[in-house]
Amino acid sequence: MSKLAYERPIINKINAGVPDKYGMQTQVGSIPYIDEIPVEKLLSEYGSPLYAVSEKIIRRKYREAHKAFSSRYPKVQFAWSYKTNYLDAICKVYHSEGSWAEVVSGFEYDKAILNGVEGHHIIFNGPDKSEEDLKKAVENKSLIHIDHFDELYMLLAIADSSKERPKVAIRINMDTGIHPQWDRFGFNYENGEAWNALNRILVSKKLDLVGLHTHIGTYIMSGAPYAVATSKLIDLALRVDEKFNHKIKYLDLGGGFASANTLKGAYLSGKDTCPSYADYADAITNTILNSELDPNNLPTLILETGRALVDEAGYILGTVLANKRLADGRRSMIIDIGINMLFTSFWYDHDMVPAKPKSQFTEDTSIYGPLCMNIDVIRSAIRFPSLEKGENVVIPRIGAYNMTQWLQFITYRPNIVLIDQEGKTHVIRKKETMDTFKAQEISPKYLG
Amino acid sequence: MKLKSNVAISDSGFVFDANTGESYSLNPIGIEILNELKQSKITEDLFAYLNNKYEVAEFTLEQNLMDFLSQLKQYGIIDE
Ligand SMILES: Cc1ncc(COP(=O)(O)O)c(C=O)c1O
Repeated sequence: MSKLAYERPIINKINAGVPDKYGMQTQVGSIPYIDEIPVEKLLSEYGSPLYAVSEKIIRRKYREAHKAFSSRYPKVQFAWSYKTNYLDAICKVYHSEGSWAEVVSGFEYDKAILNGVEGHHIIFNGPDKSEEDLKKAVENKSLIHIDHFDELYMLLAIADSSKERPKVAIRINMDTGIHPQWDRFGFNYENGEAWNALNRILVSKKLDLVGLHTHIGTYIMSGAPYAVATSKLIDLALRVDEKFNHKIKYLDLGGGFASANTLKGAYLSGKDTCPSYADYADAITNTILNSELDPNNLPTLILETGRALVDEAGYILGTVLANKRLADGRRSMIIDIGINMLFTSFWYDHDMVPAKPKSQFTEDTSIYGPLCMNIDVIRSAIRFPSLEKGENVVIPRIGAYNMTQWLQFITYRPNIVLIDQEGKTHVIRKKETMDTFKAQEISPKYLG
Repeated sequence: MKLKSNVAISDSGFVFDANTGESYSLNPIGIEILNELKQSKITEDLFAYLNNKYEVAEFTLEQNLMDFLSQLKQYGIIDE
């Protein structure tokens, strides 16, 4: 007689009525394929863990976002936020869709140049621009978004000795009704600092004021704060026009749109609360179109969307290392994906699913990474089916910030593959090896 | 090892422990093990029974069974 299919025995205590920290949902899906390539095949070919990025999803999300804005407003330009994911291959996909580059350091600036972005299509943001960085950006006619008065004065000095008239905008921070209010970047709107900076620029005549910029925060859960931000930028644009007869060429609303990930402590899933691109586009474009700005000479609308474009295109695939019972009886599962590769697990409760469909029976589980460190927790409480050592798991929506903010810590950083539109895979960043470290480290001779 | 009296098992996968007032949900193999434990059994017999019936590597079954039985003890559903 042939034997029956086995499933591990499971018992869960029922806490009647109240959803506990493990949530109400008990049904756990699976992700057996990424763009039709079996997860198991990807892992056996490229090792575990592995980042996989779908070019198809990048392009689909970009086009959706672009359409949401361009169907409502005539002049729309996206600028890829390099810090969100600055792997060259990823940036080049965005640039091929027509996206400019938005950078916040000399390193990112040079990357954009090497990726073939024309100087006048690079937006240079951030509080850290060296004199050398600024000179280069001025020569290349890049769009310099001034963060503070020290930068403004440095630029005025550079303008004196340069043939080029620097193209500038100022970054503006403001109260949009959201908390926390980001006030450490740029010049404040409410206290008049932004207006002062604009006057200083226009009176000097040495700088070409082309735009106004704000980035109100990240993971903003509704369109309303963007409407407030847009109207404050417009107010400044109108005042500049009135006083100096100077037309602002673009309004840059920054990034900050939410992705469908769930913030830690949120009661509802991000999939249910995340606004659509259209919601944000309505808030921003209606505010411009209904304003006093001349309809025949509307500014270009620039967006530096990061997270909401790339999160969904990225996956991290991994393998179960062990199952354990904790002292209080809870199950824990150790996987080979640690917080060193999943920096965003500090603020998201990431979804995680088995690669293969599993029984609907789940257990309260804590998911730990492989690091011998107490902080290495991927999910402190999730209902998860039982997986044996060696089985595979998939964490979706990790394309934003993880491949840039990752930490080299305890283990090597793994391979990253791009799955192209034909379903072919390409390694776009190689797994680190001991040679990676040997290339950087130097022991003084006397230590042998 | 034996299921305590006053523990009711329903076929649909629920268990009610009248001693404590707690309820539990189990998967079919979990229910099957509890039903087996209505008669007193030693772990080795239970292991042999499941090993004969299911397609599973012995060490996996052993690990899973020990884990499951320790949970039953922790919840106070079975006696030594
Ligand atoms: C100036 C600027 N623009 C754009 C972004 C991208 O933001 P997000 O990923 O929230 O869209 C950031 C992120 O911090 C930023 O600082």
